Amino acid sequence: MTQAGLQALLSHWLRNPMQLFTMIVGLSLATALWSGVQAVNAEARASYDAAAQALGEGRFAQITSANGAIAQVDYNRLRRAGWLVSPVVEGRLDGVRLIGLDPLTSPSGMSPMGVREGGLSIDVLLGGALFATQDTCGQWGTKDVARVVTPDAAPGVVITDVGTAQRLLGLENVLSRLLVSPTQPIKQTPLNEVISDLTLRAPQDGSDVGRLTDSFHLNLTAFGLLSFAVGIFIVHGAIGLAFEQRRPVIRTLRALGFPLRRLIVLIAIELLVLSLIAGAIGVGLGYLVAAALLPDVAATISGLYGETVSGTLQLRPEWWLSGLMVAVGGTCMAAAASLFQLARMPLLASARPRAWAMQAGKGRLYQAGLAVALLILAALLGAFGSGLTAGFGMLAALLIGAALALPVVLDRVLAFGASQAKSVIAEWFWADTRQQLPGLSLALMALLLAMAANVGVSTMVSSFRLTFTGFLDQRLASEFYVYADDANQAAALQTYLTARVDKVLPIQSADQNVRGLPSEIYGPTAHATYRENWLFLQAAPDAWARIEAGEGAAINEQLARRADVAIGDEIILAGNAFPVLGIYGDYGNPIGQVIVTETTFKDLFPEISPLRFGLRMNAAEVPALTEELREDFGLAAANMVNQTGIKAFSLSVFDRTFTVTGALNVLTLAVAGFAILMSLLTLATMRLPQLAPVWAQGLTRAKLGRIELIRAVLLALLTTALALPLGLALAWTLLAVVNVEAFGWRLPMFLFPMDYARLAIFAVGAAVLAALWPARKLARTRPADLLKVFSNER
Amino acid sequence: MNARLLLLLLLWPFAASAQGFAGLGTATEGFGTPERPAVFDFPRDHGPHDDYRIEWWYLTANLTAEDGTAYGLQWTLFRSALSTEGGEGWASPQFWMGHAAVTTPTDHYVAERLARGGIGQAGVTVGPFEAWIDDWQLVGSSFDTLNMTASGPDFAYDMDLSAQGPLIFHGENGYSVKSADGQASYYYSQPFYRIEGTLNLPDGDVQVSGNAWLDREWSSQPLSEDQTGWDWFSLSLDDGKLMGFRLRQDDGSYYTSATWITPDGETTAYPDGAFQADPVSYSDVDGRQVPTQWNVRLDTCGVDVDVYALNPQAWMATSVPYWEGPIIIEGSHRGVGYLEMTGYE
Repeated sequence: MTQAGLQALLSHWLRNPMQLFTMIVGLSLATALWSGVQAVNAEARASYDAAAQALGEGRFAQITSANGAIAQVDYNRLRRAGWLVSPVVEGRLDGVRLIGLDPLTSPSGMSPMGVREGGLSIDVLLGGALFATQDTCGQWGTKDVARVVTPDAAPGVVITDVGTAQRLLGLENVLSRLLVSPTQPIKQTPLNEVISDLTLRAPQDGSDVGRLTDSFHLNLTAFGLLSFAVGIFIVHGAIGLAFEQRRPVIRTLRALGFPLRRLIVLIAIELLVLSLIAGAIGVGLGYLVAAALLPDVAATISGLYGETVSGTLQLRPEWWLSGLMVAVGGTCMAAAASLFQLARMPLLASARPRAWAMQAGKGRLYQAGLAVALLILAALLGAFGSGLTAGFGMLAALLIGAALALPVVLDRVLAFGASQAKSVIAEWFWADTRQQLPGLSLALMALLLAMAANVGVSTMVSSFRLTFTGFLDQRLASEFYVYADDANQAAALQTYLTARVDKVLPIQSADQNVRGLPSEIYGPTAHATYRENWLFLQAAPDAWARIEAGEGAAINEQLARRADVAIGDEIILAGNAFPVLGIYGDYGNPIGQVIVTETTFKDLFPEISPLRFGLRMNAAEVPALTEELREDFGLAAANMVNQTGIKAFSLSVFDRTFTVTGALNVLTLAVAGFAILMSLLTLATMRLPQLAPVWAQGLTRAKLGRIELIRAVLLALLTTALALPLGLALAWTLLAVVNVEAFGWRLPMFLFPMDYARLAIFAVGAAVLAALWPARKLARTRPADLLKVFSNER
Repeated sequence: MNARLLLLLLLWPFAASAQGFAGLGTATEGFGTPERPAVFDFPRDHGPHDDYRIEWWYLTANLTAEDGTAYGLQWTLFRSALSTEGGEGWASPQFWMGHAAVTTPTDHYVAERLARGGIGQAGVTVGPFEAWIDDWQLVGSSFDTLNMTASGPDFAYDMDLSAQGPLIFHGENGYSVKSADGQASYYYSQPFYRIEGTLNLPDGDVQVSGNAWLDREWSSQPLSEDQTGWDWFSLSLDDGKLMGFRLRQDDGSYYTSATWITPDGETTAYPDGAFQADPVSYSDVDGRQVPTQWNVRLDTCGVDVDVYALNPQAWMATSVPYWEGPIIIEGSHRGVGYLEMTGYE
């Protein structure tokens, strides 16, 4: 009997292959969307992990010096005093970050080279081998050193032996910092008794690189969550429809005496198998999506933070797992509700057309109540919640609440439309649309979420771009930056440059705890550059003038928020109290920052002399000066930064971010459009009994088809209109709540009406495309089929 | 041998493909080869011989605390040259490795240090004598009076040594043959150090004193390609000292060599076959079977003793792992000594 039942269930698909196709495609697309976003995310994260591990950043305590250079003899002195430290030399060369390590003493051994055991002997390294990924090797100019391509090396980074790095960077007998091994001997001379001017920094919880890029990551993660929500709705819709379509088969089987319990088990197994197949297809599709998007994402992150995501994509087990989980989990959720209804519904009721949709409709009041409750919860969390969990909780409540509210709101709008109808056809149109709402509501919810996600993400990315551009202007205000190797060279450079450029702005900083938070104190020269480019979020009157007069300090937003410092409060710098006169945005910086004027800085930290200089000059003269500095001072390329180039590159990279966002926009809308198509197709066959009388009264088939299209546009427009505020609320939550909780700074939100208009056109276009086929099908329905409705009362 | 020929090269996996234990059977073009007759020039020869591939300063000591507890101690500095092409600074082909250990009847503490030559992190000088790697050192105004320190994550020691007898030259006046193929090394010892000092152990400091044995050896290819490991014994007996080793060959045969040392430093070298060492029982050490009880014989000297490990778990879990620990001797003679075993997979 089981076999016969199974055959009956499966034969439905044989007779209606289109339904099977739409269900599998729906499930696959939802999975693809989710796993595609996840793939991009996972790849980016994995790359950061590799980079952070390679550099030993964060994982190990480090010994650093105030001027960024440690003499090699000091390394020996520390080793001989029992300190198990390992040298690191680093610098930028031809646009690539070059890091030199000593594999014999490095706490992570040879692993930074991306070399697994057995892959390499030490003499290869001694010969001066450079380790990098294929991409990084490719982008690097000629060097007299062998290259070893290792896919596991951190992207954008060339790792080599410490001696080779010193030679290439022109840093003979100088080290940049020391990694401190986690295991130290029991006998050890205290650090300050060995060398007094070195600082031991404890290992960090997260790496610097990671923290800087977390913000962009969080945005991607949020997009992943949104796409998950969209996906679940679509899966739910697809499974619900599969049930609806098979009502007659189920009714017949049950009428023949097939046990309900066994029927449920059979359907559950069938759905599990189908969802696994669809899930696997979806993961594959997601991989293709990710592969297409990844180069742009990689470039985005590389441009933003100087860290690179590997351009190669690997199918990671976690995508398979999470992709299949979305398909199977979504199916389970959807099937549980449907199976529950199946078990509860009277034997004969299950034969009624649209029984499933109506069953769903009955819970509308309950649904409206839940929606209101969720929206109130979201508002409460936004107003009183704290912590990242509250931020994400608010996001979830907002999204689900809005989705649940959609059918109710649409129903009220349609009822209002009906009340305003002037003609019979119009009245029928409104009533008929309203009547279809239960069957379409899941697809419309998916469209709402897709739209809202797109509005939210567009707003977020664009706001991020504007903020970041402003930040670049502020931080890279000078046209050219020069880094000296030591104090003597710095002094010579300062004299040399003063005669050649408009203004030399020394950049000097000291590390100090301010109100218990690790902070950097900067002492810039009083100059229009700062007054014009460093914009305050909040400030006392005449803030810059008073800071330049040494009357106070400006702090970054992170310090203000974390230490709860407001304008007018005092902070202690090197034992002296300064009132805070301004608070400025400092996006991406994980630690506190304080600005005092140069003279004040010199009083506070007389031992620190500047090694870096910002040069205000005619941008066109930068290349010539670069060449002169190279000849007169032997400055390496790593010591000179042309700001115009950096800015242009960063902005071009942002434009690529838009490609990614645009591609994901189109994908989500396509998925939502597909959900609408499936719903309409299913409804079309069921609606014949409702359409036949209208046709019989004189409305032509062509006109019926056009009405179908108009209906789709109307519903899409209404949904879009609701999605816009939802999307903006979403963006606000991400920028003003989640970002603050996660990173301690708030991204200002900007509005982009043109983007939203374009999205609305996309959404309506998707709905029209989805409705086109059902409408055409309707317009071509054979009159005989319409007539049959009257002869064949089902 | 001590031929504790360990290691080094083996710092890297290339040992796996190389010949003999730890690559020590690999041919060595361009490096110096030990030749007869061995002529030494002290103190210069206490220092490094950079044109030979491997070299070591290898000190082991049998110690006793005031309460009678026996301890063992090891301090070793290995030098390994990767090539004959010399470079300066970081480009130097010289590599250094230090091993230090303290063995108690119940515990075995080990530490390892690695360093590049050419930058001053490790090295050996002779005027005055100083051998060091990081904070570990063996220093003194002469080779006869030394101070020795080492420290690890869970132990440290600080010892003073003074020589009570002359240097001992193994084989033919310091030319020590290691195989029937004629592989050899330069090999001399100072087995007469009186040692005393403090062990810093997790349970507290312990004052100890005893006897230390320092081996000096350098070569370029000390093992034959078919030799897979060795068992090296240094025995301090009632009426003399005995150094003997057994090189295991991959066909199951052995190559042995021994030196008998009288209390006033007179030596007799014994060729292949005179020295006999046979495992009596094995212990499970770090997942492998290692013989920790032996029967050792040198019939011409009337030596027939049983040798027991003070602590069978004296496993050196270093880059190239091996067994090295103090032993207790019973039988025809009584005494203490040190045992080193390599190549047990």
